[in-house]
Parts: sequence; structure tokens; C-alpha cells
Amino acid sequence: MGSRFDGVAVRAEGLVKSFGSTRALNGVDLEIPTGQVLGLLGPNGAGKTTTVRILTTLLKPDSGSAMVAGHDAVADPDAVRRSIGLSGQYAAVDENLTGFENLYMVARLYGMSRSQSRARARELLERFRLTEDGDRPSKGYSGGMRRRLDLAGALVARPVVVVLDEPTTGLDPRGRMDTWEVISELVDDGTTVLLTTQYLEEADQLADAIVVIDKGKVIAGGTADELKNQVGGERLELIVADAADLRSTARVLAEVGSGEPSTDVHTRKADILVDTGPKALIEALRRLDAENILVSDVALHRPTLDDVFLALTGHAAEEDSTDTKGVAV
Amino acid sequence: MTAVTLAPPRGGFGNAIARTLRDGGVITWRNLMNVRRNPELLLSATLQPIMFVLLFAYVFGGSFGGGAYREFLMGGIFAQTVAFNSAFTTIGMANDLQKGVIDRFRSLPMSRMAVLLGRTTADLAVNSLGLVVMSLCGLIVGWRIRGSFTDAVLGFAVLLLFGFVMSWIGAFVGMLAGKVEVAQSAGFIWMFPVTFISSVFVVQTTLPGPLRTFAEWNPVTAVADSARSLFGNPPLPGFERPEGWVADNATLYAILCCIAIFAIFAPLAVAKYRKVASK
Ligand SMILES: Nc1ncnc2c1ncn2[C@@H]1O[C@H](COP(=O)(O)OP(=O)(O)O)[C@@H](O)[C@H]1O
Ligand SMILES: [Mg+2]
Repeated sequence: MGSRFDGVAVRAEGLVKSFGSTRALNGVDLEIPTGQVLGLLGPNGAGKTTTVRILTTLLKPDSGSAMVAGHDAVADPDAVRRSIGLSGQYAAVDENLTGFENLYMVARLYGMSRSQSRARARELLERFRLTEDGDRPSKGYSGGMRRRLDLAGALVARPVVVVLDEPTTGLDPRGRMDTWEVISELVDDGTTVLLTTQYLEEADQLADAIVVIDKGKVIAGGTADELKNQVGGERLELIVADAADLRSTARVLAEVGSGEPSTDVHTRKADILVDTGPKALIEALRRLDAENILVSDVALHRPTLDDVFLALTGHAAEEDSTDTKGVAV
Repeated sequence: MTAVTLAPPRGGFGNAIARTLRDGGVITWRNLMNVRRNPELLLSATLQPIMFVLLFAYVFGGSFGGGAYREFLMGGIFAQTVAFNSAFTTIGMANDLQKGVIDRFRSLPMSRMAVLLGRTTADLAVNSLGLVVMSLCGLIVGWRIRGSFTDAVLGFAVLLLFGFVMSWIGAFVGMLAGKVEVAQSAGFIWMFPVTFISSVFVVQTTLPGPLRTFAEWNPVTAVADSARSLFGNPPLPGFERPEGWVADNATLYAILCCIAIFAIFAPLAVAKYRKVASK
């Protein structure tokens, strides 16, 4: 791929979009260098799908501009459509057609010849482990298979930019791993990928850079590490053997950490934010030992993207995410 | 990544038309595959006209003149059947818009008209099948083609042309309706006055005042009368003959109406499609 679009495959500036009185996007900017993966991260209703639909020409913004693969999504949507592959939030497959027919149809509509289309459809069925079911109507496919078929549809014309709207939502762990693998293969091929997700861990895992949006606005951006550093420090967490020791434990933690320690009697857990990581951990253990407080478990957590989200928005992104890299003693 | 295999687009009006036809052909294929996988879709398109033939031929036929009425009736029911094609397109279009696959179509560099053209063409194919079934049914109740072969071919051609352009009205109505449930009634409701206030079942001169004027200018009347005259089926004896330019030039007026309907509703449907496609 050349430098046809001076190193930037996707650039959105000041995207605004309202639906009636709902302002779905309120000035979204983002940029993806060619060949990179951008994770667009945000809770339900943040404006991820709206952003995706504008970039893929399905929706016109009220204002702002969107350049994709060197073409203006508003002024020259057909040129954009020739360069992109989209796998939307809901699988866009024809249920009455077989897997093969779905892909064949998409290939034909991209302008490929009949024989090219047949070959490409078979090739993609193979790659997405659908060969066996390829001649069955997709009505009978599982959710995961439909999702794979849809993803295959996005890749039919070997697009230079691939846009995936929540590609793993609703997939089982196996399906999720498969999808992650496909995305890494795309990256190896030099494809630029825009990926939206509600899963913080997914953006962390796959994306070169992350843009966090909430209520139609970009609230943070950078690499996963940069975002984590914005929260600053780490969280020291320990469990004492005897709940009666919690009060003195909290006092010790307050001495080695910053801010207020929190304790929980039921789980016999105490934790606090620390700036110095391992050093604070050793210091805390040394002092507790000196006071004869028995510690049954201790862990040092790097802040997760959950923590980042909480710090940025004041509300959690999702109820349940366990992205802890603890050191257990 | 291997080179992009897409042929670079060529400009020009001729190429735009070629692309529209090609993409329309692909969507037609997709719609016909849908019919093949759900053959019950053919039931209403074929059973309904048979019902009308039998009901009118034998329930009303007796009081209108028996065999002569059945001969008269067939041209009318042909016209009614092709007009009803519009209702099937209304439902099909609303259905298409609700399906996930429409998002795939919209993200592809395909002709914007292809979804509409594919819908109306596939419906025309189903409609042709309905005409074949009805013709057989007509032969059974005593209807015959008494004119020349070329006239008969022209007769069927006018019917199919009318079915095709009615389909574009149907597509427009389907997009207005939005939901399939709404389309199911919206598609049929306006069909009843349009097909009944016409010469489909009765001679238009028997209708009172304004209904008679409406029936005389109704394209459905022209299509029915054109079919009767091209198939060589005589007018119903014992009734006042319709008069005037429209009655004397039923085939020409029918074709002009088809051109006018297409010229109005094809652009309306395309504009509406663009709108619903970028909401
Ligand atoms: N077609 C629409 N009509 C009305 N409101 C919409 C429409 N699409 C999205 N919205 C609203 O815009 C906001 C952003 O939605 P969306 O982009 O789908 O968020 P996300 O994909 O991040 O969950 C939400 O409040 C949603 O209700
Ligand atoms: Mg969404």
C-alpha cells in the first residue's frame, strides 16, 4: 500500500449528528494511521455505531468531515465504499441464501466476474471455517457462524480499511478468539482497522491506539498504557487473616499510600492507591509484620481500563470486567 | 495484502446504466432465490387470481350472462392481477428494508437503483407466473384467444408492462409504509377502489356519474379493455358501449399511462430509497 493518503487512512473531524432532539455525536475527532488498529471504546449509547455509520457512508453527518482511504465520505461515498469493508453491529446476511450465495452475491456486487466471485466465496468460507455449512441456508446458522459470515462479507474485496462494529459482542470465548485472530491477520496484511467495543480488555488487546467516547464526545485518547498512566499509580490490595486487624491495617496503608484507604469487613480486604508500586508493597508488608498483623493475600493492580473509564467519566463502562494483573503472595 | 481486485469504475452514462442493469440482475437473482427457498410466497400470487376467476365466473357470472361474461371477465382479471403486483412489491420492499442485509447493500459500491430494480424485476417474474396460471384457469372456464398471434403477444406484453410499472408505485408505497405490518394493509387497500371502479368486472357505462368518469380514465380500465380487444374477446352483449378517445384507443392509452406512471414513480422511489437509506 502506498502513501496515497499520506499515512492517514481514516480521519474524522468535528462529527456532529442529531436524531431529533438526541445529540448522538457532539464533535468527534479521530485519526487512524495507515495499517493501524484503532479501538473506539465507549458504553452503550456513546455514539460508536453512529460514528461507524458516518465513516462507512451509511449516514450523513450534520456537520464535520470524514475522510476514508483518501476519499470524502460525504462528497464521494462510492469511492469510500470501494475501499472499505464493514461488519456492522448486527449481521448483514440474507437468511434465505446459503453462506456461499451470500458471499458470491457480495462479490458480484463489488463488480467481480462470476468465476472470480465463486472462487473468492469458497476461499472465504474456508478461512472462516464455514466450508461444511457453506451450502446450507444461513437461517440455520448459530449466532457465531452468522457473525463470521458477516465478517467474511466485509473482506470480500480485500478492502484497505476494515470497520468492525462490536465484532465480538454476543460471541462465546471461542468465537471471540477466532475474531481476534482474523483481526491480527488483517493487521499483518497491512489493513487499517477501526474496531468498536464495549470491552475494555478487547481494546487493550487488539488496538494500537484507543479513543474513548462517552455521550457523543471524545473524552480521552492514546495507547492503553498512556490511558492507564492518566489514572496514575497502582492499587495495593491486601486481605488480613483477622478482621479485627483491619483498622490498624488501614492506618499502615495510609502511611505508605496516597489518599484514603478503603476496607471491607466481610472480605477482610483493605486497599489504597500507591505511587511507588512494588516499593510501597514491600514497605506495607514490613510494617504490618512489625505490628504482628497476619496477611493472607496481597496484590498490586495496575489500573485497568475500567479504572480509567471510572476516572474519566465518573461511571463504570460495564458491570463486569476482570482485567487484573495481580501479584499474589 | 494482495492487490485490490476491483475494476476501476468507468465514468459515463452508458456505464452507469450497464452497472445498474448488472447489479439489478444480481439483486433479482437474490430475490428469486428467496422465492425458491420460500415457495409459499407464490401461493398468494397464483391462488388469489384463481379465486377471483372462479368466484366471479360462477357467483356473479350467472346474473351477468354466463359464458359471454366469463369471456369478458378474463381480460379484466388479467388487468387486476397485474395491478395487484404492486401490493406484493409494497410488502417485499418494506421487508427488504427491515432485513439486516440492506446495510450490506448500502455499504457496497453498487448502483443505488439496483435494490429497487431487483425487487420490481423479481416481482415481474412472479407476476408472469401468475398470468400463466390464470390463462390456464381461463381456458378451463371457456375463455379463448380469438385474435392473431401477434396481437396476443402484444396483449400479454401490455399486461406485463403495466404490472412492472405498478410495481414501482408499490415500491414507493412500501418505503412510505416503513414497517411490514403497515405495508401489508397499505399495499392492498388502495388497490380495491382502483381495480373495482374500472371495467375489470363490469362495463364502465353501467357505473353512476363520477364513478363512471373515474372508471373511463382509469388505466386499469384501459389495460383490461386492451387485453380484451387484443385477445379478440367480444364486448359484453346488451350493455351500452363505452365511447370516446380512451375507449377507442385502449392499448395506446394503456401504454401512455405506463410511461407516465414510470416517469413519475421511478424517480420518486429512487429519491425515497436514497432518503430511507441514509436516515
Ligand atoms: N436512528 C436513530 N434514531 C434515533 N436515535 C438514535 C438513532 N441511532 C442512534 N440514536 C441515539 O444516538 C445515541 C448514540 O447511539 P449509538 O451510536 O448507536 O451508540 P453506541 O453504538 O455507542 O451504543 C444513542 O442515544 C441512541 O439512542
Ligand atoms: Mg452500537
